[in-house]
Amino acid sequence: MRAKTAMKPDPRLHFQAPLLETPFHPRTSAANRLNAWVPWGGYSTVLEFEDLAMEHSAIRNAATVYDLCPMVKYRVRGREAAAYLNRLTVRNVAKLQVGSVHYTIWCDDAGKIVDDGTLFRLADDDYRICCQERHLPWLLDSAHGFDVTIEEVTEEIAALSLQGPCSYAVLKAAGFDVETLKPFRIATFPVDGGELMISRTGFTGDLGYELWTSPDRALALWDRLFEAGALYGIRPIGSAALDMARTEAGFIITNLDFIPAHQAVREDRVRSPFDMSLDWMIDWEKGHFNGRRALLAEREKGSEWAFVGLDIEGNVSAEHAIIYHDKKHEVGQITAACWSPTVKRNIALAHVKRPYHAEKSGNLWVEIYAMRELQYVKLMLKARICERPFFKPARRTATPPGLF
Amino acid sequence: MIYDAVIIGAGHNGLVTAAYLARAGLKVMVVEKNDWVGGAAVSRELYPGFTYSNCSYVSSLFRPEIMRDLELPKHGLQILPYEGGAVFTEGDGYLGMHRNHDANRREIARHSPRDAEAYDRYARDVLRHCRFIRPMLLRTAADPASFRPRDMAELAWLGKQMFGLSEMAMYDMIRFWTMSIADFLDEYFENGVVKAYQAVASIIGTALGPMSPGTAYVLLHHAMGDVDGNVGAWGFARGGMGSITKALTASLTAAGGEVRTGSGVAKILVRNGRATGVVLENGDEVHGKRVVSNMDVKRTFLKHVDEAELPGTFLKRVRNFKIRGSSGKLNIALDRAPKFTALPEGSPYMKGDMHFTDSIEKMERAYDDWKAGHFSRDPFQDMMIPTMIDPTMTPPGKHFMSCFIQYAPPKIEGNDWTDQDRDAFAETVLNQIEAHAPGFKSSVLHYEVRTPRELEKEVGLTEGNIFQGELTFDQLLFNRPVPGYAQYRSPIRDLWICGSSTHPGGGVMGAPGRNAASEILRDMAKPSKDMSDAYAVL
Repeated sequence: MRAKTAMKPDPRLHFQAPLLETPFHPRTSAANRLNAWVPWGGYSTVLEFEDLAMEHSAIRNAATVYDLCPMVKYRVRGREAAAYLNRLTVRNVAKLQVGSVHYTIWCDDAGKIVDDGTLFRLADDDYRICCQERHLPWLLDSAHGFDVTIEEVTEEIAALSLQGPCSYAVLKAAGFDVETLKPFRIATFPVDGGELMISRTGFTGDLGYELWTSPDRALALWDRLFEAGALYGIRPIGSAALDMARTEAGFIITNLDFIPAHQAVREDRVRSPFDMSLDWMIDWEKGHFNGRRALLAEREKGSEWAFVGLDIEGNVSAEHAIIYHDKKHEVGQITAACWSPTVKRNIALAHVKRPYHAEKSGNLWVEIYAMRELQYVKLMLKARICERPFFKPARRTATPPGLF
Repeated sequence: MIYDAVIIGAGHNGLVTAAYLARAGLKVMVVEKNDWVGGAAVSRELYPGFTYSNCSYVSSLFRPEIMRDLELPKHGLQILPYEGGAVFTEGDGYLGMHRNHDANRREIARHSPRDAEAYDRYARDVLRHCRFIRPMLLRTAADPASFRPRDMAELAWLGKQMFGLSEMAMYDMIRFWTMSIADFLDEYFENGVVKAYQAVASIIGTALGPMSPGTAYVLLHHAMGDVDGNVGAWGFARGGMGSITKALTASLTAAGGEVRTGSGVAKILVRNGRATGVVLENGDEVHGKRVVSNMDVKRTFLKHVDEAELPGTFLKRVRNFKIRGSSGKLNIALDRAPKFTALPEGSPYMKGDMHFTDSIEKMERAYDDWKAGHFSRDPFQDMMIPTMIDPTMTPPGKHFMSCFIQYAPPKIEGNDWTDQDRDAFAETVLNQIEAHAPGFKSSVLHYEVRTPRELEKEVGLTEGNIFQGELTFDQLLFNRPVPGYAQYRSPIRDLWICGSSTHPGGGVMGAPGRNAASEILRDMAKPSKDMSDAYAVL
């Protein structure tokens, strides 16, 4: 019999389990009482552990843990990393200090969004991009002429999101002092011979943190949080609960709220930063960046779409509904929607043709086909464009954070 | 007895035309030279208990509209999607293909992490081209030189399709239709093996190498089909490719059509510039108000029609129609499944297409041999073992292996193929497989070799060209087969053509046959009520 020589599995045998398990799998599978799994980015991930309403309310009431490992991660290093990232993305990377994070987007040469994500500045010339889709060829092609190295490091990092009003209290109980850590800032802590990075970031619009470590330290981190969080009602949440919370926070997800430029088969499906109402991020003064010329032209000429929050009458959720002006003309499409338990409103995120997002927004209607016991109930409900985020508690940004 | 239509050749297109016409109420007779039906979509038992797919071996292009209109499932047709595929590489490695998106990415990443993430954009772009061409498949190509209202309307429709594209997409489209697959793949991938795998579909059946302009389109021709909506997927016809033509024959006879096998057409009868029927090789005459030829355009007009009946320009163009033989086949009955040393236990790769050429350069060198008038010394193979999925073709545990081989010229250094050439060709192929699966040769129970010589003689394909004419841009759309005659008509009144020499070309697609039937019914001012509209591309 041949002895096992390596711990790393034979990479040819991926067909035996096409979906990877995250480093937290032993814990998430034990907690997944519904056995409800969904594929995400090549991993098996939890849709719902136990009870959607409990999981969502814990985000707004206590502390929740979400397994972030499938987020695609790239490491960008080198003398010209900042210049390169300025060329790649629309925001001004020069303004991003070491130990900080910002949300950003990047476009193709036609000014259409390739993806959004967070950019971490870990050191002077060391950055991490964290995003939904895979872009290695685009990142490498964009690096032409820059002294920079780019690696895909998704599997090298284990990440958890700890979110909720008690998240600071849990971290404190776990022995991590993040009292002075401001939103979008990073702190690092030594943990058994390695390092834990904590960023005050998240996808819930609430007080929260994201914790980044190496896969071999993943389970110890999970256990430490759950031990410390026991008195604060900590619980794992699946993607379904997170999706409600992010809708309340007005955050978008690539491929759910827009089709990324490199994947859109139908040419008219792509969206520019203006179309997604993300043009506020563009730094026009920083020099050339991918898509700048096309975006300048769009700024002159105007855009076709706007991305808005909607408040819809009644309490029937409006996923994927068509939006009409005057109940007659199609002017948009809803991409995310839910009855928000937090703000007690029927909310949605939507693409709306300009100028129905503003000047002509007075007469908008949403057509809902509500399935009730095998029959559709057709509804035409009044919708009002409103501010995003729908939910923005003061505790989200308070520093020092509250010990709820 | 005068039939409404006499169809020459019981290949899949001839049968499709016949079946649609029979359903429209015409009295139809199909005449076939072989003792069996099928043409190049044929299954014969050449070894006891083993059903072969003697020519074509996989299905994707066959239009689902035809399957439904002609009730082929009711007549026994089943298409089984296949699961994997692999190209074997030097040094006992391989690159596999998976239907599962994540498994496929991880497999490519073993060879190139960059290319693993490049695949989506490549697949997106190929799909974009598919979406453009698919609506054209079941439409008669417009004649751009004609001012007839229907041609004008068709051109307007085409213009609208083009107008719907962005400037950049239009550039890409024109480039794509004319460029080589090697150049096209360089725009996406860096890894040689990844490129070699993707290049497979761009040279099959084509007397061009992967570096020849025009081969990118051939890739599209193989990618625009689907298995139940899964665009680009391929499958096996359960029971062999002959199941398609058997089902078509059953559908035809259920609609009152007739098929007569065992004697080919000697001559197409032409009287006063009109086709009136055929004389068979056995001397019988079959009369019809119209004659529809499923034979390729060269065979039809150069061998079975008096030259005097045809205009000189037309004849010249038919003579110059490119229909070069480039491929052959080995059909092998196996006592047991081969064991490829590179493949891990339990992997799905034998349930699909397998290849032994791991670089574009090797493919091009194989083509160099063809240009020199020889079959490739290190040939390119598209190899399948349908019995890995289909239990009906062999006894349990035994297998049928279909090896499509390229390149094989129509003549060996200018001379006709000899039996020795044929046997040397077979030996080259068997040795190539043996090198990757030791013990393979000792499991061979029987094999059938088909060089271009056999393909021409048995199936009737001129030079053994599987597409009834090269799929190059100069021979597509309104120029297929020749300018001015792209609408299934010929210079002789009531003589029609319905084979793969016509738009939209080769492969077991059935579209030429259906389009021809549609034109004939239109010519007769008959409604084609049993012909459903082409499925919309949303």
